Amino acid sequence: MSRIREDYEKTAWRRLVHFINGDEKDMTEEAGYEVETEATTQRIHDEFFEEAEWNHRKEKADTMLSQYEEWPETKGVVYFRKLYNLIAGVICVAIIALLLITAAQLPSFGGTDNPASNEVAERYIEKGMEETGAVNIVAGMILDYRAFDTLGESHVLFLGVCCVMILLRLDGTESERVKKEAESNDRIYEPKNDAILQCVAKVLVPVIMLFGIYVVFNGHISPGGGFSGGSIIGAGLILYLNAYGFKKTGRFFTMKTFSVISVLALGFYAISKTYSFFTGANHLESFISAGTPGELLSAGLILPLNICVGMVVASTMYGLYALFRKGGI
Amino acid sequence: MGVFTFLLFVGLIICALYVCFAKNLLTSIVVFMAYSVVMSIIWLLLESPDLAITEAAVGAGVTSVLFFVTLKKIHAMDDRKDTEDEQD
Repeated sequence: MSRIREDYEKTAWRRLVHFINGDEKDMTEEAGYEVETEATTQRIHDEFFEEAEWNHRKEKADTMLSQYEEWPETKGVVYFRKLYNLIAGVICVAIIALLLITAAQLPSFGGTDNPASNEVAERYIEKGMEETGAVNIVAGMILDYRAFDTLGESHVLFLGVCCVMILLRLDGTESERVKKEAESNDRIYEPKNDAILQCVAKVLVPVIMLFGIYVVFNGHISPGGGFSGGSIIGAGLILYLNAYGFKKTGRFFTMKTFSVISVLALGFYAISKTYSFFTGANHLESFISAGTPGELLSAGLILPLNICVGMVVASTMYGLYALFRKGGI
Repeated sequence: MGVFTFLLFVGLIICALYVCFAKNLLTSIVVFMAYSVVMSIIWLLLESPDLAITEAAVGAGVTSVLFFVTLKKIHAMDDRKDTEDEQD
């Protein structure tokens, strides 16, 4: 092996090889590299500064970018909150002003020239007792003139219980653990046998029930009616349930009782009222008479319809509470 | 408008505002019951006893009880359970 000469790149042989291979450019560049040292240092110098400047710019851009990214969390939140408060305040004041203006322009309470006191209200007040047989004009209205409204309301209650049942009911598909968990959750605040509550309930529940039944049965004579009486009975049932637990109420109120009561009451309501409206609209003779106003058995269909609505409302209240409590009636 | 009615209206407004701004949900519900009772007395003074009975039975009674049950179900009035969960 011959020694590699140090100035091998400059030898004639090397130049020839370069020339034949066509690496002329390379040669000249290499040569130029050797020659223009001053310029290259200048260039390196420039490059160094360029790089420094580039770094500086990049740093600046990074800080700007981070600021841009943080803007929503720092300043943006402040601006947004200020704007939000401003807009919320403006909207709030505007709505308050609108409502106050509207309230100021309402007709006086019970005035004779109000839009509400038209011939419909006049007819209800003047002929209501004669036509429906109900001393309580409200009962005459909601269960005779506008009985279909009340039918819809009763169905809304029934539908409400159905929806709660869909959402909350625990049937056979749940595991035992879920049921036990629900049971233990249910019992956190309630000792099973609260003597004070039981004593109070023993006295109060019959009175509440009696009052509810009184309100339902006298709906056409005195204030009250199916809905109020039914909710009073429902409240009494809930009190009884809280005092004595599901075992005692389960003896007379189960899922089956609930469905039978709801379906029978709503069905009777719909059928009887359909008959009443049909005969009324076609001027047919109806076997339902208004009776003597003021007696308990009077006012035609209002009393049975009150009982229907009361039963539906009472079972709905109790059913809702039981479904909320343990996921079943 | 008598003094009694005026007091009732002021109490109604205070109850309504307190229900909105109370931090504790349980307090909110109890004040809401008071609101319903005041409202039912106002219905009575406005000569609609039908509504008064219904408001007292539904607003102060059944609705509040349902609210209580819901609070219990979502463990909102159950501090003990929360601390237990934290320990777990």
